Amino acid sequence: MTPFTPLEAAVLPLDRAHVDTDQIIPKQFLKTTERAGLGRGLFFAWRQDPAFVLNQPRYAGAHILVAGENFGCGSSREHAVWALMDYGIRCVIAPSFGDIFYNNCCKNGLLPVRLALPDAQRALAAGRLRVDLATQTVIGAGPAIHFEIAPAVKQRLLEGLDEIALTLRRLPQIEAYEAMHP
Amino acid sequence: MNQPRTMFEKVWQRHIVAAADDPGGPELLYVDLHLIHEVTSPQAFAGLRATGRKLRRPDRTFATMDHDVPTDPRPFKILDPEAASQLAALAENCRDFGVRLAGLDSPEQGIVHVIAPELGMTQPGMTIVCGDSHTSTHGAFGALAFGIGTSEVEHVFATQCLWQARPQTLRLNFTGALPAGTTAKDLILHAIGRIGTNGATGSVIEYAGPAIRELTMEERMTVCNMSIEAGAKAGMIAPDATTLAYLRGRPHAPGAEAFGAAAAAWLELASDEGAAFDREVELDAAALEPQVTWGTSPGMVAPVTGAVPDPRVITDPGLRQAAERALAYMALAPGTRIGDIAIDRVFIGSCTNARLEDLERAAAIVRGRRVASGVRAMVVPGSQAVRRAAEARGLDRIFQEAGFEWRQPGCSMCLGMNPDILQPGERCASTSNRNFEGRQGAGGRTHLVSPAMAAAAACSGRFTDVREWL
Repeated sequence: MTPFTPLEAAVLPLDRAHVDTDQIIPKQFLKTTERAGLGRGLFFAWRQDPAFVLNQPRYAGAHILVAGENFGCGSSREHAVWALMDYGIRCVIAPSFGDIFYNNCCKNGLLPVRLALPDAQRALAAGRLRVDLATQTVIGAGPAIHFEIAPAVKQRLLEGLDEIALTLRRLPQIEAYEAMHP
Repeated sequence: MNQPRTMFEKVWQRHIVAAADDPGGPELLYVDLHLIHEVTSPQAFAGLRATGRKLRRPDRTFATMDHDVPTDPRPFKILDPEAASQLAALAENCRDFGVRLAGLDSPEQGIVHVIAPELGMTQPGMTIVCGDSHTSTHGAFGALAFGIGTSEVEHVFATQCLWQARPQTLRLNFTGALPAGTTAKDLILHAIGRIGTNGATGSVIEYAGPAIRELTMEERMTVCNMSIEAGAKAGMIAPDATTLAYLRGRPHAPGAEAFGAAAAAWLELASDEGAAFDREVELDAAALEPQVTWGTSPGMVAPVTGAVPDPRVITDPGLRQAAERALAYMALAPGTRIGDIAIDRVFIGSCTNARLEDLERAAAIVRGRRVASGVRAMVVPGSQAVRRAAEARGLDRIFQEAGFEWRQPGCSMCLGMNPDILQPGERCASTSNRNFEGRQGAGGRTHLVSPAMAAAAACSGRFTDVREWL
C-alpha cells in the first residue's frame, strides 16, 4: 500500500446521496481476476450522460471525490475502491459512508474522510482542497476542517503498512486462541 | 453478579484474539467460518501467491460457485469467457490451497447464503464472514456474520482473523403477529423503509419480539439477509427451539451425541434480561401490509394499497433528491397507485427468497393460474438441494404449467452477472434484495416484493394485493 502523503488536488463534485457500489462499478466489470484496469468502469452507466461530472473537462485530473451521505452503500465489492483509485481518486469526502466500503478504502490507501454535512457541502463547492492526514485536516473550504479517523487506521495509511504482515506478528496469540477453542 | 450482556456482546467477546491497541480501536477477532465464491476471492488468492503466504485454515473455509453461473440446464458450456475464467480460477485456487468447493457438478452447489445453513455449517455463536454483503443472512442462527471486502478475504485467508472496531447495537422489537398474506420480506422491507437505508450504519441489529419468535428459520434468514440494506454491519436473531429443530441432523451440525451440549450452549446466547442496547426501535408487525418498492433504494417502499410518493413532501434534502432521481429512473409519476404499475418480468430467486418455503408460497399462488400474457417469469432455486426438494413436491410442474421458467441454482438476476438480465426499460417484480439502478441489467427497473407478491404480479401482469388471492 502506498503511504498517504498530503494531497492538494482538484475536487470532483458528485452531488448525490446514497450512491451505492453498483453505481460506482457495475456488475459487468466484476468478472476480472485483477485489481488493475477498473477505472474504465467507474460510474459506467452515469458516464453515458455527456453532462455527468466525469465527462466535464474542467474536472479532469481531479483526485478528491466529494459526494453526498451514505456513499458506497450496498455491495461489498472492493472493485469500487479499485475503480476509483485506477481512475486517479486518492481521497473520498462524504458526510457518511457504507461500512464495508469505508473499510475497503482503508485497506487500499484511499483515504475516506467523514465531514459534517455543512462542511461536506462546502467541500463540494471548493474547487480545490488540501487534505492532510497527519494533522487530520481539510483545507480550502472555509476555515480548516478537522476530521476523525481511528488512530490505528491512520497510522497504517500514513506508513502504507501491510496489515497482514502486522497481524502475523500476533501469531502466538492466534495460536493460543486456537488451542483454547479447537 | 455479571453485567447483563447482549447476544452480540457474548459472541464478540468469545472471539477476541487480541485487544485493541487504543481505546475504542479495532480488536482482533477470530473467524470460525469463511465462505468464499468466485467474484470476490481471485485477487485475495493472488495476494497469497504473491507473498508466498499459506491459507491458515482451509478446514474453516468453504467455497461455492454462484454469482456468475448460468442457470441453464446442466451440463452447459459457459459462453462468457470472463465468467468461465473466473470460475476456473476458483476451482484452481481451491485445489491449490486445499479448500473444499461445491462446484457446478456438486449436489451441494447453490447460493453461498443458502447452502451454508442447509448443510448445517452455519451455527449459533459463530463468527462468519464472506466477501459478500448478504452474509448477514447467517445471523438468523445467532451467529455474528458480516460481509467483507477482498483485502479482508485475503487477511482471513492468511490469519483466520480480522481487525474490527466494535459496532453499536440496535434492537428492533416487532410486536404483534404478521397478518395473513404478509411475510418476513414485507416485515424487513417495511423496517428498512422506517429506519432508512443508513438507519443502522455502524450497528448490529438484533431482531426481537413476538413476530420474530414466530418466524421459521427460512423466514429469519430473509429478515437478516437484508440487514445490510439498512446499512447494518450484521443482523442477529436469538437461537431458540426453532433454531435447534432446523439444525438437528444437518450434515455439518453436531451429531446426536454432541448435539445436546451444543444446544444448551446455543440457548445461552440470547441477550440477557436488562442488557443495554445503544438504540431500540419498536415496530408493529400486526399493522403490516404486503410491501412493494417504488424506487432505486430498498428503503423506498410502500404498501401494495398505497401509492408512489411525491418527492416534494420529503423533508430530508438527500432523500428528496434521491427520490426525484429514482422516479425519473423508474419512469413513475408521483401519486401512481402501486396496483396500477404493470410489469414485464418476474424473478423469484436470490439469497433473500429462494428457499423451499419461498417457492412453496409462490407456487400456492400460481397453482391453477397462468402467467399474464407479455410477462416473462422465472424461478431460480437457491441451491441444488432446494431444487430437488421443490421438484419432489411437484413445484417445478406447477410453475412450468403456469408458464414460468424453472431454472438451475445461482444468484442469477439478483445482480445479473450471468446471462439472466433485464433489458433496458423492462420492469421487474423481484424477490431479491436490491433495486439499485441497473442492478438487474442496465436500464432495468426493479421492484422488490415477497415471493407470493411476485407470483401474483406474474399472473395478473401488475402489482396485486396477494391477500385478495388467499
